[in-house]
Amino acid sequence: MAKRIDVSGLHVYYGDFLAVENVSMTIEPRSVTAFIGSSGCGKSTFLRTLNRMHEVTPGARVEGKVLLDDQDIYSPDVDPVEVRREVGMVFQRPNPFPTMSIYDNVIAGAKLNNRRLRKSEADDIVERSLRGANLWEEVKDRLDRPGAGLSGGQQQRLCIARAIAVEPSVLLMDEPCSALDPISTLAIEDLIAQLKENYTIVIVTHNMQQAARVSDVTAFFNLAGTGKPGKLIEMGETNKIFTKPEKKETENYITGRFG
Amino acid sequence: MTTTDPSTTTRAPRGRRRLGDVLFAGGAQGSGILILAILAGVAAFLILQSFDSLAANTANFFTTSEWHANTREEPAFGVAALAFGTVLAAAIALVLATPVAIGIALFIVYYAPRRIAAVLGYLVDLLAAIPSVVYGLWGIGWLVVQLAPFYAWLETYFGWIPLFAGPVSTTGRTMLSAGIVLAVMILPIITAMTRDVFLQVPQAHREAALALGATRWEMIRMAVLPFGRPGIIGGAMLGLGRALGETMAVAMILSPSLVISWFLLQSGNQTIAAHIALQYPEATGYGVSALISAGLVLFAITLVVNMAARFVVSRRKEFA
Amino acid sequence: MSATKLSAPEQTVPPRPTPSLRGRTLPKYLPPALLGGSAVVCAAALYLLDRWNPAVWAILAAVLYTAAVTVLSAVVENRRKAVDRLVTSVVYVCFTVAMVPLVSLLWTVLSRGLVRLDGYFLSVSMNGVTPSMDAGGVYHAIVGTLLMTLMAAVISVPIGLMTAVYLVEYGRGRLRQAITFFVDVMTGIPSIVAGLFVVALWILLFGPGHTNGAAGAIALSVLMIPVVVRSCEEMLRLVPNELREASYALGVPKWLTVLKVVLPTALSGLTTGVMLALARVIGETAPLILTAGSSAVSINANLFEGQMMSLPVFIYSQVRMGGAINYERAWAGALTLIIIVMLLFLAARLVSHFFAPKTR
Repeated sequence: MAKRIDVSGLHVYYGDFLAVENVSMTIEPRSVTAFIGSSGCGKSTFLRTLNRMHEVTPGARVEGKVLLDDQDIYSPDVDPVEVRREVGMVFQRPNPFPTMSIYDNVIAGAKLNNRRLRKSEADDIVERSLRGANLWEEVKDRLDRPGAGLSGGQQQRLCIARAIAVEPSVLLMDEPCSALDPISTLAIEDLIAQLKENYTIVIVTHNMQQAARVSDVTAFFNLAGTGKPGKLIEMGETNKIFTKPEKKETENYITGRFG
Repeated sequence: MTTTDPSTTTRAPRGRRRLGDVLFAGGAQGSGILILAILAGVAAFLILQSFDSLAANTANFFTTSEWHANTREEPAFGVAALAFGTVLAAAIALVLATPVAIGIALFIVYYAPRRIAAVLGYLVDLLAAIPSVVYGLWGIGWLVVQLAPFYAWLETYFGWIPLFAGPVSTTGRTMLSAGIVLAVMILPIITAMTRDVFLQVPQAHREAALALGATRWEMIRMAVLPFGRPGIIGGAMLGLGRALGETMAVAMILSPSLVISWFLLQSGNQTIAAHIALQYPEATGYGVSALISAGLVLFAITLVVNMAARFVVSRRKEFA
Repeated sequence: MSATKLSAPEQTVPPRPTPSLRGRTLPKYLPPALLGGSAVVCAAALYLLDRWNPAVWAILAAVLYTAAVTVLSAVVENRRKAVDRLVTSVVYVCFTVAMVPLVSLLWTVLSRGLVRLDGYFLSVSMNGVTPSMDAGGVYHAIVGTLLMTLMAAVISVPIGLMTAVYLVEYGRGRLRQAITFFVDVMTGIPSIVAGLFVVALWILLFGPGHTNGAAGAIALSVLMIPVVVRSCEEMLRLVPNELREASYALGVPKWLTVLKVVLPTALSGLTTGVMLALARVIGETAPLILTAGSSAVSINANLFEGQMMSLPVFIYSQVRMGGAINYERAWAGALTLIIIVMLLFLAARLVSHFFAPKTR
């Protein structure tokens, strides 16, 4: 069920401001792709165009093409809501729905869309998703408690369970560990390694060690200069990027020399 | 798949729209537009219904003080005395309430211990929630009795000031009493607004002043009051708007007469709102239509005051 | 000053004396002592002059204290501190002055209202009671108040809530600005003008002289809608954007996100806001005199037929009659009204306390 993403000539605008310029890349299914780069270089913005989440911001628009397998998600007859069912997302800060129990949070995708589930069906999805997110053992006795009562790391795994419960083919993660402690971070990283068996995973991270640990492919973004749009500088096998980058900019960033 | 060059095609921000989205967004927008329509309707209906009497009026509506409208033949009425009374009552209320409100706001934000301050904020809200008719009852049933001797004293020693000239009303049902009750009623409005801006004064400004060795009052004068001035003005104008339109307290307290009088301690004067409430049940002939004309004047006055207040307050938001 | 300089005692330049951090200050016990002193002195003076009056005493004591503390501070401390103490006293006085009407109002309403407020008063109407008869009650007014306020809520809450949703979730550009501005303006409409609006509307629809509960309810809605919009808007803005994004990312359309994520999350705040708006309009008098009439004496549970009494109008019309028994009824009616308002306040507090989203 994992799908390939093909981006060609993508520009992202906020109103008249060009935020990300001319990105083309291919993201392979059943792999983990990491986006790295300094703050404000457009990597999160670009990530959000992969499931049309950027449209939530007023004035945001894109030019270019994003193919999910063979379908352009920006073609005029495509419904962004359907795109988001296919391409799930996990956010920087864990954001379980505060009005819902753990159980309801997991099946939120179905519940919020007014889909009727049989009890056994719902139970199945909840258990499968929570197991998939490595959370089942910790919460199976308190599924009716509020999701906001869990620890930060558990909440983030709950959000992952919620995302995979709608069975997407791609999972986008926007700095999923930046608000978590090291132990919870490790748990999430282990989970990412498992999830790539079934999903195409794209992760934005500020932490280069994390990119090196979890990803197969790494893409480096950078600003062309202050006030200039962000650009994709280099993309390749993680090993290669971290040991023998082709571009000087990449090497400077990875070795800690900026600019 | 299309073969057009992707860099030249600008995509529409959204694809096809769902029925639910269209209905819900439409409903929300419709409600907003309905509110605009209601406001326009208020103005339109008042204007429409006032034509009748204004056309038949034999006196100048804006310069006449008398009110002979309850007839079908040659009505003569005007809002001169009413408009004067309305502005006078509101002005008294504003003059009395604003300094006290600033004092209370300073007290709540900068002087009171934190725990007490929360309770006090709640008390101010409570003051705002008491119905105006209860204020009126309190005014006529308790306050005027207490004020009558004070008025006598005021006249004895300050009677040389025209405002306080006698003979003093023995019942205490005067313009000043009405103004005092109005002041109590608008106090929480001004206080709440002023308190909110004081709370927004940046900590850095205040600490900068204190770090220069300022006393608490110097800190307030240097950092708080300049920052809060638009908020205070806006709050005062909102209070003014409320005082202009307040009906019951004046209708119950004031012993009215349709004259223009500056003597605050004598009975006399009347406000538009109170006049409408008192006259409406007995209105015949052109009476109702004439009262609607008076209401239109009140509507216009409060509209101007409120719009000015909102303008002042929103300017503050831009600069903050 | 550096350490090397300290270790050089033979240095010829004498070190600058450290300025003392201790200014002369009034001892801590002095202000309260002064206040007590002023109070006693003023009380004694008034008593000796045989002009005892608590209000005069309080004013004189406050003035005397303020003067004493300012002068003392100016002499012992300095001018700047004296001004600071003066302002502090003034601020405290302002606050006390504001508490006087609140306390006296609550006390008079309570003490005078209790004279007549009992089961009988709450359970009978004024039907067949002449103004000066020692009988009658407010049952008809309570029924009217509840029915008209309920109908006003039924009209205002959907319109107000949907407008708030528009302003927070959908609104863009000019229309949004216009609605925000005019909702603010609408908050300032005098209540009597709202009443006149319905009068004018009713004349147009049904001809002159028609008063009924529905007219009153519509006048109340005109006053209630802007309050509901304001408080709901504030509550919806408090819902974190992250929750909306989480919902969109699950493939939930916008309208379902608003309906099933945003509104439930804000529910307790919305309920509180609506209740406070109700508390505000339940005491409105002027528009009801014009629209629902001021002379109903019997129980009328039909919003669309005949005059309808309400608690505020009941108080007003009793005061207009002017007899001692009428004032008794008015005070009892005022107490009833204040109790209802307080109950709404309390309910709003409880709702926001118990129904806020739980975290454990």
